[in-house]
Amino acid sequence: MQNEIIVSGFGGQGVLFGGQLLAYTAMDHGLHVTWIPSYGPEMRGGTANCTVIIADEEIGSPLVRRPGAVIAMNKPSLDKYEQLVKPGGVLIVNTSMVDRSAEREDINVVSLPANDIAEQVGSSKSLNMVMVGALLSALPVFPLEAIIESMDIHTPERNKRFLPDNVKALRAGFNHSA
Amino acid sequence: MTELQYKETVVFERPTALTPTQTTYCPGCTHGVAHRLIAEVIDEMGIRDDTIGVAPVGCAVFAYRFFDVDFVEAAHGRAPAMATGIKRSLPDRFVFTYQGDGDLVSIGMAEITHAAARGENITVIFINNANYGMTGGQMAPTTLPGQKTTSSPTGRDVELAGYPIQMAELIASIQGTSYVVRRSLHDARNIRQAKKAIRTAFEVQKRGLGFAMVELLSTCPTNWHLTPPDAMNWLKENMLPVYPLGDYKIHDAVKSAGI
Amino acid sequence: MTKELIKGNIAFAEAAIRAGLQAYFGYPITPQTEALEWMSGRMPELGRAFVQAESELGAINMVYGSACTGARTMTSSSSPGISLMQEGLSYIATSEVPVVVVNVMRGGPGLGNIAPAQSDYNQAVHGGGHGDYSPIVLAPANIQELIDITYESFDLAEKYRCIVMIAIDGSMGQMMEPAELPPFREIKKEHPAWAIVGAKGRKPNLICSLNIDEVEHEKVNLRLLARWNQIRKNEVRFKEYYLDDADFAVVGFGTAGRIALSAVRAAREKGIKVGLFRPVTLAPFPEKQIEALAARMKGLLVVEMNTGQMLDDVMRFGKDLSPVRFYGRPGGVIPLPEEILREIEALATETIPADIHPRDLWFDRLTAELGLTYEAA
Repeated sequence: MQNEIIVSGFGGQGVLFGGQLLAYTAMDHGLHVTWIPSYGPEMRGGTANCTVIIADEEIGSPLVRRPGAVIAMNKPSLDKYEQLVKPGGVLIVNTSMVDRSAEREDINVVSLPANDIAEQVGSSKSLNMVMVGALLSALPVFPLEAIIESMDIHTPERNKRFLPDNVKALRAGFNHSA
Repeated sequence: MTELQYKETVVFERPTALTPTQTTYCPGCTHGVAHRLIAEVIDEMGIRDDTIGVAPVGCAVFAYRFFDVDFVEAAHGRAPAMATGIKRSLPDRFVFTYQGDGDLVSIGMAEITHAAARGENITVIFINNANYGMTGGQMAPTTLPGQKTTSSPTGRDVELAGYPIQMAELIASIQGTSYVVRRSLHDARNIRQAKKAIRTAFEVQKRGLGFAMVELLSTCPTNWHLTPPDAMNWLKENMLPVYPLGDYKIHDAVKSAGI
Repeated sequence: MTKELIKGNIAFAEAAIRAGLQAYFGYPITPQTEALEWMSGRMPELGRAFVQAESELGAINMVYGSACTGARTMTSSSSPGISLMQEGLSYIATSEVPVVVVNVMRGGPGLGNIAPAQSDYNQAVHGGGHGDYSPIVLAPANIQELIDITYESFDLAEKYRCIVMIAIDGSMGQMMEPAELPPFREIKKEHPAWAIVGAKGRKPNLICSLNIDEVEHEKVNLRLLARWNQIRKNEVRFKEYYLDDADFAVVGFGTAGRIALSAVRAAREKGIKVGLFRPVTLAPFPEKQIEALAARMKGLLVVEMNTGQMLDDVMRFGKDLSPVRFYGRPGGVIPLPEEILREIEALATETIPADIHPRDLWFDRLTAELGLTYEAA
């Protein structure tokens, strides 16, 4: 078993944490996992992305050309990754930040207005959680409850106050696409 | 025959912090004087067992042969960085660097400046003889305008080679420093004052008061092509106006420590 | 067993701290800066020495000074910074003081870029500073291995009184994986007899890389070589994957090695009997193992993130025994598993011309594929 997930968006959209949450949950389930960011100038306001690979054996390459799943939080991410998703893979599109529809028909495209949903349930800052929730619904790498549990375990005390909004956002994203 | 009665009084001897080794310095060079002053201070303070020296690259590259204390030999100009590493790992030892003007002012400018800025609790003895001695008398950053050297054969042309760097003034301008003075080794009175300054610089370190540097104006009779007495006079007449003696930085903490 | 999701740069920094690191000196440079930042908080908090130096040159000479006291000392940097440290490394090697250096390699030459690369192989293994000396060079390929190697590197450096360089690349510095950190070791209280600590009750110690008498310095060179020969005998490390029944082998270290692992698995799914040999010590190089591997295999594929630096070492020990093919991406470009899979397929099906260097063949293939033309040699 190996899942390759790319999370991509603007810096500030919670791209890296979105991917880390998947990685923490994989670790808590005793799976092998790698998380690797794109780093450098693009971290400052441009497109940020990270690749998460979850497997049940030692992971080789931490990077893939053709991921099994992509979370595209903005238009540049959709433009960059839509054609790269493996046939039969999953593409989650944040329609709040994208003015076109995905074109691929050989993949499972889930489109949702993550900014609006996040705002409705608590804070627009949780849009990354909405997107991760939607991913889990389309690609059940773990049960939703597992990721909520891992988020609780790995959120440092000083950030615990953000937990309720994040949990609500995860559920809203999950249910939106369920 | 009646036995001759006499009493022996020691009036002069080698400081114990110097090894009984003939130095590699030229006749009349003041490196030997500077070594002796440091050794006397080490003896008087009783710190031989706790002192670590850092030798430079230059004429004093073999300084470790002449001092009876633990020594390391640094790369050219890097003595203050090496001293930083030693002092940070052994904060209760006395660490001093001994550096010439090529080493400290030219290639090691970054290391000395930043050690000073950090206020490293080390003692720097800086020998300024206005040229590169070991490699045969080339122009140094401290070479005087118009001074002839093997690499400024018609005299240092300030239009092409710039001006001397006054190191004591420069280092004293850095806020992190505690004790920065310039002394000279060209006559007995100045040598006595130089020793007092070296003692103070070590006392500053002993009290944890931070960075101390003593610049010592020195002679280089061989490369200046002068006899030792003429070299002393040349220093006095030519170097003193460019490198005025004095106390460039005495931090209030040093003053109030009464040292 | 408690695992943490931990980033490479922080993993090696914390592993060093737990190994009893007493002093760290460094200078910020991407992509290793998180290590310096981690040290800046942790070392003072534990009462240990930390200095952000004025340059890598300053840093390595602080390392040199600190290591002369016998304290466990390290620095870390990335390629251009490591170049600047070579002066100090040559002095350190000659002075026989133990030091650990981590190079989080990035795209070179020159300022290059901050993307991952392996182009400092030759600098680390064959070159670096002036003079005859060899550091131990270790190339872990995942975060747990990075932690384990860093933790042990101080023992190795002290055992052989040498430099241990840990060579990773920017991707490993930035990558997170679950890993277990080792327990805290006590800080050493004893100073080694050679250390510079003050000459209490003894004649002075001297740590020096200068021997103006060349006959004496020849002896230093020979002593360093004698120790290196012990290291070559005792410390060769490597990992093997799927080699038992293999006809072909990929040889790659660090990140290139683990990327190749994905390609090897994909090739196995296609029925190609291929395995992976991953050197963990680049120096000492697994010479005998490469020789034995080449003797067993129908072909070797060397994969690197450079223009074929380890390739020359593999050729030296294996080329008479097996055809060798090369694939590399220099300058910060990461080869992906698909590219290596294609190379494995070609290795299994095509005949390799014996009279053309694998690097030349690769150069023609890669430049053709990239649509680049250069003046013919």
